[in-house]
This record gives sequence, structure tokens and C-alpha cells, in this order.
Amino acid sequence: MSKNSAPVPQNFFTTGGKQTSPLRLLRNRLLTALCIVLSLLTLVPLLSIIILLLRNGLPLLGADLFTQLPPAPGQDGGGFGNAIVGTLVMVGIALIFSVPLGILSAVYINEYAPTSKLAAAVRFVAKLLTGIPSIICGVFAFAAVVMTTHQFSALAGGVALSILILPTILLTSEQALMGVAYAYREASFGVGATPFQTIWRIVLPEALPAMMTGVMLAVARASGETAPVLFTALFSYNWIHSLMEPTASLSVLIYNFASLPYSHHISMAWAASLVLVILVTIVNVSAQIIFRPRHR
Amino acid sequence: MGVASIPVGPESPIQREYRPRTDFFKGICWLASLLTVLLLVCILLEVFSKAWPAIHRFGFGFITGVQWSPNREVFGVLPVLIGTGISSLLALLFALPLGLAIALFLSEDFLPAPIRQVIRFVIELLAAIPSVVYGLWGIFVVVPLVQQYGGILADKLGFLPIFQGPAYGNSLLTASIVLALMVLPTITAISRSTLVTVPYALREGSYALGATRWETILGVILPTAAPGIVASSILAFGRAMGETMAVAMLIGNSQRLSWSFLAPSNTLSALLANQFAEADGIQVNALMYAAALLVLMTLCVNIAGEAILRHTQKTTAGLR
Repeated sequence: MSKNSAPVPQNFFTTGGKQTSPLRLLRNRLLTALCIVLSLLTLVPLLSIIILLLRNGLPLLGADLFTQLPPAPGQDGGGFGNAIVGTLVMVGIALIFSVPLGILSAVYINEYAPTSKLAAAVRFVAKLLTGIPSIICGVFAFAAVVMTTHQFSALAGGVALSILILPTILLTSEQALMGVAYAYREASFGVGATPFQTIWRIVLPEALPAMMTGVMLAVARASGETAPVLFTALFSYNWIHSLMEPTASLSVLIYNFASLPYSHHISMAWAASLVLVILVTIVNVSAQIIFRPRHR
Repeated sequence: MGVASIPVGPESPIQREYRPRTDFFKGICWLASLLTVLLLVCILLEVFSKAWPAIHRFGFGFITGVQWSPNREVFGVLPVLIGTGISSLLALLFALPLGLAIALFLSEDFLPAPIRQVIRFVIELLAAIPSVVYGLWGIFVVVPLVQQYGGILADKLGFLPIFQGPAYGNSLLTASIVLALMVLPTITAISRSTLVTVPYALREGSYALGATRWETILGVILPTAAPGIVASSILAFGRAMGETMAVAMLIGNSQRLSWSFLAPSNTLSALLANQFAEADGIQVNALMYAAALLVLMTLCVNIAGEAILRHTQKTTAGLR
């Protein structure tokens, strides 16, 4: 590579000294161009969604939207305060069920008995649960809760959502535990700590931020899902008074209002979509930010 | 100073702290694991037991029947099964070239890293948009488009059964287009992760033989990553089958048997979404039967996809 050597043709090393035939180069360029076009094509729908969300949703965005009840069909004004509360309540119920279950299972399969048959079964089940359609969570909650209590309820919706997010929480928690350096555990055992003390005082605190990421991703997922709550929590035009009554949620509101023949309700569906997308994006992005400092 | 001088009195606090004892926490974790496993069993049992009256009454005729009329208590899901299969296949057909192109962009060095980061972010954004928002967007963007251009398709290619008119806005094609967008992130993510694991030495070898970039991609990289790409397609197919809300809002919800992409159709999940809230009596059992079919189908597809993916990871690990 000295300066006074003969100039080497640009593609010398890629062609063994021979010129690549123009036809092959042309084909190369065309395929690259095709690849670029196909990739840009996916930007079109995304941009279209964002533009429509802003154009149709922003004009309605105001304080009323968050404090008022939905308008009856044909009426104007109102908001979807009860739907936001309903979504939060049901996601909360889902977390109460699935966070302990997911994290404790993850501790068992990664800390206590990683090679046991039960651990293998848990991993297999978690994988299968990720693949189960979200509507099946709703069907199960319908069969298990709605049919036994004879009542559409926030509880049923919460149960459906908890099944939906359990695999997310379990698998990300397992990843989080795997991320804790083994030397920490050895050091802890080395000073005579029991497995429980090691897990409780060393491993779990260390894995907590990554676990929180998983939980937040689960929250983002659950708050956007419609199918599990569609026929478990149903919908309501009123504020939530108890967990055992039909409850509104943002996503079902969008679904219901989108098919109504009133332009005001359709605008509200867009506004609700905008709020939902902003909510989901904020939770997703903050989950990423929490996780970042762990990469040391 | 001898052995006898070790205190035998009450334990010191430190001794007490480190005395081996039953680890209740382990028991709790074991119980949680057991519950997780039982949950899946529970779901299957619950769905199948509630479906049993319908399975018992309609048997195999439920799958081959073409009529769905709850008020006459006649239930058949063949058109719905066909709708599920075709809409998912069509979605895959649309999404695979796009997903593969993006995956190649993200794994090869066509573009500087920051731009690749942006593309990745965009795809993640696409994955984070809730299904129901896709549905709303579809109603106001894709439905009019399909109605407009579907009419032209039906005019020009109407002699083909798949493009038979009249063209509806809420049709199989509309649902498939939106489904394609929704499974795109799955295809991209899994294809990319397999493409990245193709050993660099294989690329170098191909370049050293004088191959151009695309000859390397088509001749070496894609064949090596093929099993992973197949797995990503299968998993995406599974996702498309289970996707509910956007489809329920766009597909037109018709149980009539039709081969035209431009006609309304239905999928298992959309059927469940539309009918569960108002169903009673034997219709609930029939819907549970449909749900059981959906569970079985998605489980099979997912297990196949995961198996291929695991197999790929083993073989590519051997290449390194």
C-alpha cells in the first residue's frame, strides 16, 4: 500500500483484476434501487397514519376530552375520561396478576432450577402464550370470569389482559436475570449468603431496571389491545364505580365509534387514537430510556 | 485452647443468619412456575370444555359447513376458515418482499449506521401502533382505495375468479393489505436477526471470487439465512391468523363462500370479535368451537416456526 505503487483499479480486489461486466454491475444497481424503493414504500403508510392522526385528532384535543363522558350517539361535545380511567384500571388489574407471577416464575427458571423439567415447561408455555392470539385471552376470560359471574366487568378485562402480558413480563424478566453477571452470585455465595439472600439482595436489585423495561413494554402492549377487552369489559358511557360492571376502554371506544355514522363520533375515535398512540409511544420510549444505563 | 472451648451456648446473631433453613421463597417461585404452566392448560381446558356441546352436536360438519345462521342454529365455518387462510397468505405475500428488503438494508452495509437506526426506529413504531388504530386508518384510507382500484381490477381481470366483481371496499384484499403492514415488523425483526448471524467469512469468500454485492446476497447470504426467513414467515403467518381488530373492522364480516379477493369475507378471530358480546345459548358454544380451532391452528403454526428457528440457530452456530 505504498504511495508510489501503480494505481489499483477500484474494483481490483472484488473482481480478481478483471473488470466486472457492465451487465452485472447494472443488475447490481437495479437490485439496490429496488430494495430502496421497497423500503421507502413502507414509510408511506406510516406517514399516512401519523398525518391522519394529527389532522383528525388534534382539533378535538382539549381538557374536555379527558374530563367529560362520551356523548350519546348523535350528540356533540363530551370526551372519553371514563375510557382513559377504564384502560388504566384494567391495565392495573392485569399488572397485579401478571407481574408477581411472571417475575417469580422467571426467578425459578433462571435462579433456582434452570435445568429442571418445570423450567423447560415454563419456557415452552411462555413461548406458546406469546403466539396465542390476543382474542383467545378474551375468550378465556369470557369463559372463566364473565360466564361464572354473569357480568361483563373490568375484572374480566383485567384477567384477559394479564394473560396477554404474562409472557412478555416472564421472558423479559428471565433476560434481565440472565444479564446479571454470574460473578455477583459467586461473590454472594462466597461470603456465605443463602440462595434466598443472594436472589433477594443481589440479583433482583441488579435486574430490576431491565425488569421494569419489560413491565413497561407490557403496559404499552396492554393499553393498546382491544380484542381481549371487547367482550369481557364491554363498554360503558359512565364513570367506573366498581370492578364488577361493564367498563369503557380507549381501544373499544375507538372500535365502537369508528363504525358509528356520526362525524363527531368518528372525530372522537381519531382523537382517542391519537391519545392512545401518544400514550403507547411515551411508555415505550421511556422503557428504552430506563434500560439504556444498564449497558455499561 | 481446644475444641471444648468453642461456645455451645445460644447461637450468635451471625450464626442464626446463616443457618441453613427451608427456603420458602423457592417454594413460592416453584408455585408461580407451576401456575404459569397450568395457565395454558387452563386456557385449553376452558375453551374446549365450553366448546364441547358444540363439538358434540355439530362434529366435523362444523368445519365443512358453509352456513352460519345463529337464529336457525346452523353453524359452519368453512368460509371463515378459507378467509382466515387466504387473508393471512395474501398478507404474507405483500409483506415478505418489503420485510426482506428492509431486513437486508438493516443487516448489510448499504447505508450508514445512523440511517439504519432511523429505519429500525420506524419499524418499531409500526409495531407499537395498536391494531384498532390500523383498523381506523384502514376504514378511511385503504377502503376507499380498494373500492376505487378494485373496480378497475374487476373490470379488467374479472374473468379470474379471484378478481370477480362487484368490488367492495370492505373486502379480503383490504384486510390483507393492512395485515401485511402489521406483520411487517415480525418478518423484518426475525429475518434481520438471522441475516446478521450469517458469518462474515462467507461474504468475504464470495467477494473474493469476484461476486458483486447482489450476487453475494442472492447466492450466498439469502440461501444461508433461508431457514430463518422461512421461520419468520411462518411466525408472521401465525400472527396474521390471530390478528383481530383491524381485520374485524375491514374485512366486511360476510360468512358467504366466495373466492374473490374483492368480496367481503371473514376470519375466525373477526367472527369471535363480532359475535361474542351478543351471543347466547348454543351460539356461545359454537363460537368456543371456532376459538378452539383458532387456538389449535395458531399453536401448530407457532410450534413449527419456533422449531425451524431453533434448528437454524443450531446450524448457523455450526458455521462460525
